[in-house]
Amino acid sequence: MSSSKPAPVGKAIDRGGFDLSAFKLGGWKYPAFWLAIGLILIGGFIPVFTGSNSWRETMFLILMAVSLASSLNIILGYTGYVSFGHIVFFGLGGYVGLYLITAHGWSLWTAALMGGLAAGTLALLLGKAILHLRGAYFALATIGVNEAVRTFINNFDLFGGAVGLEINFLVYKDYGGPATMQWLTYWAVFGLTLFIVVLSYGIKFSRFGLGLLSIREDEDAAMVLGVRTPSAKTWAYVLSAIVPGILGVIFFFRNSSIAPQEAFRLHRSIELIVMVMLGGQGTVLGPLVGATTYEALRSFLLTSPLFKDLQLAFAGLLLLLIVLFVPTGIVGWLRSRYRKLWRVLE
Amino acid sequence: MSQDNGVLLQLRNVTKEFGGLTAVSDVTFDLPQGQVLGLIGPNGAGKTTLFNCINGVFPVTRGQIIFRGVDMTGWKPYDVVSLGLARTHQIVRPLQELTVLENVVAGSCYGHEQRSLSQAEEIALEVLEFLHLAERRDQLAASLNVAQKKRLEMARALAARPYLLLLDEVLAGLNPTEIAEMVQVVLRIREQGVTILIIEHVMHALMNVSDRVIVLDHGELIAEGLPGEIVNDPKVIEAYLGDPALAEKLMSGG
Repeated sequence: MSSSKPAPVGKAIDRGGFDLSAFKLGGWKYPAFWLAIGLILIGGFIPVFTGSNSWRETMFLILMAVSLASSLNIILGYTGYVSFGHIVFFGLGGYVGLYLITAHGWSLWTAALMGGLAAGTLALLLGKAILHLRGAYFALATIGVNEAVRTFINNFDLFGGAVGLEINFLVYKDYGGPATMQWLTYWAVFGLTLFIVVLSYGIKFSRFGLGLLSIREDEDAAMVLGVRTPSAKTWAYVLSAIVPGILGVIFFFRNSSIAPQEAFRLHRSIELIVMVMLGGQGTVLGPLVGATTYEALRSFLLTSPLFKDLQLAFAGLLLLLIVLFVPTGIVGWLRSRYRKLWRVLE
Repeated sequence: MSQDNGVLLQLRNVTKEFGGLTAVSDVTFDLPQGQVLGLIGPNGAGKTTLFNCINGVFPVTRGQIIFRGVDMTGWKPYDVVSLGLARTHQIVRPLQELTVLENVVAGSCYGHEQRSLSQAEEIALEVLEFLHLAERRDQLAASLNVAQKKRLEMARALAARPYLLLLDEVLAGLNPTEIAEMVQVVLRIREQGVTILIIEHVMHALMNVSDRVIVLDHGELIAEGLPGEIVNDPKVIEAYLGDPALAEKLMSGG
């Protein structure tokens, strides 16, 4: 049996992969796009208007959660693959970035890009290795990857082993001192959030995105329709990994240190899934609504004396309730309830 | 690209084994351009398996499949699509949570013409009109009834603008009116010059649309000829004897 590729035949061009060239006409006209951008702008500027540092810290966490959840949504919501260990990209990015900053004196910005690149590369390699697994097998494999990377770094002296890496406070001087640095990194996360939401929207209304949605609905049927499923899935995974990688660098730079235990927290992965499911998987607004709601609930629970130790149990319970009663999430529920809002709540 | 004497699809000794079971055995036939070839056979004869071999869902165990002069043996389904082949499924497989329009747009933009989304949308609307689904374009595919889902399956395949269309029991589960409509659709597709390979159990309908018929039994090709010849072929009647109702249909049909 030969396995020649259709390359010699006229129109057989591999465009099943990363192709954002063709947006559906009018995609940008949908109110959903401006609603999402508007919400982020309003939320993002709250700390400026109030001038309060505590608002800035709150919004930093919320925006970061929104970007992480939106990234996860590309593989989970659009493509239908449950990446259970998605935090591995955040942790790996953080490690690569902090290593470059501490050991080689790179600037935060180039280090952040390298963090994103490292995460994207890991996703590309993983895509080839585990994206042919379906359903629970893929989910289990992603957990395995997260644990494997954590164990590896725990024993990797270049990255500080179990102790991790620490940033010398003097480095912050290059960014105008610790106070200015905190604003700077805040704006960086703000910008990244806008970027990932625009990207999510662009993907959803592109030819590539339609291929991903087809894979989510019925992967075998998608293949028969002509979707090059292996490359489409791999690109979706890579795109969902890059922003978490960049965010990891920014977060741990701000945090001034990184250690295996905090970089690869599995429960953080689960929280991300809860955010996407709560808001509505497969919609652009879903991760935004879900992440904000979840973060708000979490900070309430953390500060309440009664619940502060039960925060994770709460996340689990929430996930159970969503899966049982509102599998399409808040946005999905509103969409099916109010058909007139169909184009507003994408 | 060579297209030997207008032959669009050639199967040469195609065999498919699953472990010890031979589902398709040594099947050889030619399908000339522009023809409608009927594929019949009792249940379990290997008809759908043969389709799955042709469009790359199953790799063949032995043999060759040549389409538009290209040996595509061992190709993946999406590579086969890129040569201009589309199919429908016996058990419909709509993309449930996408709209009817999105389903058909996917068929068009991932078909061999590799259309952009806006072009694909134009083609999709045309095809939906043709199959009387235009007014349901914004409905979720999951909300369609069986007959509509069958038409959607057909629309998705047609939107790819294929040279060869594989139709797997598009009439099954339809009432007589719906069958008559669907037969008209198939005839009109043929008029547009699309070559068709069709599996069907509704014999009178099949005999109406087919130029030639081939018969599969236990994975083997046992007869090949004009519809009129096939219904009188003793081997074919024998193959259907295990299924008297079908045999009777076959005898009375045509």
